[in-house]
Amino acid sequence: MSIRESEESRATIYSPVAETPTNYLRSPEQDDPPLDSPAYKSTSLRHPKQPLVYLPHTLTEITGPALGDARRVAPEDADLTRQHEGEPIGFRISVSGRVFDTEGKPLRHTLVEVWQANACGRYRHRWDNWPAPLDPNFSGAGRCVTDDEGRYRFLTIQPGPYPWGNHYNAWRPAHIHFSLMGRAFAQRLVTQMYFPHDPFFPYDPIFNSVRDAQARERMISRFSIHGTEPDWAAAYEWDIYLRGPAATPFEEAF
Amino acid sequence: MTIFGLTPSQTVGPYFAIGLPWPEGPHAVAEGTPGAFTITGTIYDGSGAPIPDHLLEIWQADPDGRFADAHGHGGASMMDGFRGFARYGRESGDGTYEILTVKPGRLPTPAGRLQAPHVDVSLFARGMLSRVVTRIYFGDEEQANAEDPVLARVPAERRGTLIAVPEGGGYRFDIRVQGPGETVFFAV
Repeated sequence: MSIRESEESRATIYSPVAETPTNYLRSPEQDDPPLDSPAYKSTSLRHPKQPLVYLPHTLTEITGPALGDARRVAPEDADLTRQHEGEPIGFRISVSGRVFDTEGKPLRHTLVEVWQANACGRYRHRWDNWPAPLDPNFSGAGRCVTDDEGRYRFLTIQPGPYPWGNHYNAWRPAHIHFSLMGRAFAQRLVTQMYFPHDPFFPYDPIFNSVRDAQARERMISRFSIHGTEPDWAAAYEWDIYLRGPAATPFEEAF
Repeated sequence: MTIFGLTPSQTVGPYFAIGLPWPEGPHAVAEGTPGAFTITGTIYDGSGAPIPDHLLEIWQADPDGRFADAHGHGGASMMDGFRGFARYGRESGDGTYEILTVKPGRLPTPAGRLQAPHVDVSLFARGMLSRVVTRIYFGDEEQANAEDPVLARVPAERRGTLIAVPEGGGYRFDIRVQGPGETVFFAV
C-alpha cells in the first residue's frame, strides 16, 4: 500500500477530534531531545539541573487558545512568495500536510506558524550577519489555520543551509521552523521540518539531539511528484503528530 | 490507543522574531481592562546572565475561572477582550519580559480540590531543544497557595521560585533556568 493510499484510508477511518481529552499523552523519552545535549553547546547553561516536577493535567493544561481568527490570519499569509512587490529568488516549493494527534485524528482549525531562511540560508533578522545576500522580496514568515481535515499548506522558497558557530565547520541542514498550538497547552509544539537526503544530517547536533532514528525520520518531509504543480512548484509533504489522549493514571486523581 | 509516533521537538532557535511575535501578543487581556496589571521579570541562564533571545508564552483562566479556549472547554470566558494567552519575544531582547493580564480564578482539580490562582508558562529559547514549563502563583494569595495541590508536590524549599512578588501595582516573576535559585519546571 502506498503512502498516499494509507493516508486516504486513515482519513475515512478517523473523524476530527471533537471531544477535549481530560488527560494527554506524555512524550516517550526517546522522542523529545534531552534539554541537556552537550553536542549542542548552547544547551549547557540553558537546561534545568533540578528534576522536573510531575504536573498532572488540570483544566489549565487541557485547554488552549483560539488564535486562528481572521484578524490574525489572512489567506495570503500562507504564501511566502507574494509578500513583496517582486518575486523572491530561489526554488519555489509547496509545503503541505496534516496535523494529527497520536491516535490519527486530524486537528482542525489550529494555528500553524512557520519561519525560515531565504534561498541563500540567510534570515531577515538583525542578528543573522553571515555573508550571504538578503532577498528584498522574501521575509520568510507565514501562518495558516488547518482546515476541517487538519490540512495546512504553504507556498515558499526552498531554504538554504547555513553555517553556525557551534563547532568548526558547523552547518545547519536546510529546515523550516514550525510552531503548532494544537488544542491544548499540553499539545504545544515548536519543531523544525527537514528535507530528504540532506548531506548535513550526520553532522548536525540539533537534528541528532533526537536519539531515536525513527523519531528523527518523523522530522523529514517527503518529496511528492503527485503534489508537484507542473511548471510551477515542487511539493514537499509533512504530517505532524501532536499528543493525543491518554488514560488518567489512578494516582493522579488528586 | 496510541498508534502514531509523536513529532519530536526542536529548538525555537535565535530567529523566531521574524515570525512569531505580533503587536498585541504580550496582552492576555485588552488594554484598559479593569483590574489589569503587568507581570514583568528577567530570564537568567546558568551563569546568571539574562537570556535575550527567549520566547515566553502564558495561558490562564479569567477571574471567574473560565477560559478563552478554542472549543469553549472549561467554561467559555464571558469577559470582554479576554484572550488568556500572551506571547512575548523580541528581535532585540534584553532578557526581560512584560505581559498584561488579570488574576485568574481558582480552579478545581479532577478530584474537586481547589487550586490557587495560577498562570501556565512555556519558555522557549535558542539552546533549549524543547520548551520548559513553569507556573506563576501570586504572593498575595498565601491561603490559596497553602492549599494548592500542585504546589504541594514541589519541595517546600523550592516553592518560592513559583511565587510572583507584588511590585508597583503588578507582579515580578523572574525565571532562573539553571543554578542557584533554579526555578521549578514541570513535566507536562
